[in-house]
Amino acid sequence: MLLFGGIALVAAGMLFGDIFAVFVLHQNGGQTGQALLAAARAVAAQDPSAVNIAFAHLGNLLEDRGTKVDAHVHMIDAGYLALLLALMQPYVALSAPNKKLLAKIFLTGGLLLPVGIFLIHYVGLAYAFLPVIGWASVLADSAGVLLIVVLLVEGWGFWNYLRGRRAGPVEPELPKDRTWERRTLLSGGTVLILMGFVFGAWYAGANLYEHENREIVILKDLLDQPAGADGLADPVNAYGRLQAEKAVQIAAHSHIIEFGLLAILLSFIQPYVFLTERWKRIWVKVLLAGSVILPVFVLLELKLGLLAGGIADVGGLMVVVALVGMLVGVVRHTGSLDAEARGAR
Amino acid sequence: MSRSRKLLILGGTVLAVLGMLYGLHYAVFVEHQTLDRMGGSLAGAFAHAAERRGDDSQLALTAYRETKYDYVRQVDLHSHWIGLAMLLIVLGIVFDEVAFAERARFAIALAMLAGSIVFPLGVILQTVHKAPLGSVLAIAGSVLVIAALGATAVGFMREGAI
Repeated sequence: MLLFGGIALVAAGMLFGDIFAVFVLHQNGGQTGQALLAAARAVAAQDPSAVNIAFAHLGNLLEDRGTKVDAHVHMIDAGYLALLLALMQPYVALSAPNKKLLAKIFLTGGLLLPVGIFLIHYVGLAYAFLPVIGWASVLADSAGVLLIVVLLVEGWGFWNYLRGRRAGPVEPELPKDRTWERRTLLSGGTVLILMGFVFGAWYAGANLYEHENREIVILKDLLDQPAGADGLADPVNAYGRLQAEKAVQIAAHSHIIEFGLLAILLSFIQPYVFLTERWKRIWVKVLLAGSVILPVFVLLELKLGLLAGGIADVGGLMVVVALVGMLVGVVRHTGSLDAEARGAR
Repeated sequence: MSRSRKLLILGGTVLAVLGMLYGLHYAVFVEHQTLDRMGGSLAGAFAHAAERRGDDSQLALTAYRETKYDYVRQVDLHSHWIGLAMLLIVLGIVFDEVAFAERARFAIALAMLAGSIVFPLGVILQTVHKAPLGSVLAIAGSVLVIAALGATAVGFMREGAI
């Protein structure tokens, strides 16, 4: 249950991210720039009420974007955690019914958390009992509590296992093999994560503070109301460029690490992917290629524009397709087990 | 189960719970108010500029800068702790395949766990007027994690695992 639920959450989260990137992200960025320009023009017109209207619109746009990014990230992370818990089950000393109940609660929380986050923008503060927290936030926070409770109980079960306790039938440990698929996913995934860490360290050292300073300089420029035909447009464009720079660098950092983790996780389930060796290798290659293409072309978006964005989206789609291909193999494996069991009867 | 695997899985689970509890606390008690303050101060900076109150505009912009500085690091702490915790657990499951002696594997696991705790902690210390110490810890933590991960990658690629 955790294996299927985990892969399904990861695939759904990635698909949602791809759809968001194509249909929402760029349009939202353009509208944000327009809202900032409207605020700057309101300053020039000495109209504080128009400033407030522009910022209300800006806040609305940022919330729209932020909640969608958060829904995407939290759905994928819940999927990863579900996969992790699936792999840890042989080492959790709890009874089989309790494990099943925990899996159901975890997957329910893993689904409701991103749904709640997604709804925050649309539900807002309608019928809210607190002035700053709406019902969608309550749903998301409650789902988060479910995940924490399950993790705590699983951690307790693992602690008991370490102390030598066992309960009920124990799942078999993962088979250890050194097939080409496993080694490639394992070492490829680790290298991807390492690349992501090194890039993140470089970003933090070279760009984080510079970006923060540049943002304030641009905002000061806007508030100082530069003269000339492009007086306001220039700093607004500079602000847009800065936001794009930050977004692509953070996205490249987080995506390459997430894909690395995914590759390592998928290396564990290769013995359960019931496909020919040729197809297993194809899906491994497609997954790793997509995992490199997406972050690299996200980074190149600033230089190559929409072409790079399109290639990055194709990279994301390659990962989703490889994931679904492997999921089909897992389904075939369970099908073959069922057939064997029927044959034995 | 080897000591290095126990350390990574148990340490990762504790870190994941810690990161989630911190995130939950932040989301319920701090985040909404912080976002309101951040948006409000930026809007205030523009509104004051429209009213030609330059000093108030400047103060509001400074408040925006400080609030955002805090917010970015709080969110970073939450996401990095959970992300690193997941990595620890994943590697813990497969750590016996790192082709080094158990003693070396334990040292790598310890470095990775220590770095995973210290690096985000350093980031958050930057928000409580301890920026130099925070930066030192963040750099030291990230170096530990990167070095340990590099050693793990080499271990996976080496012959003789399992």
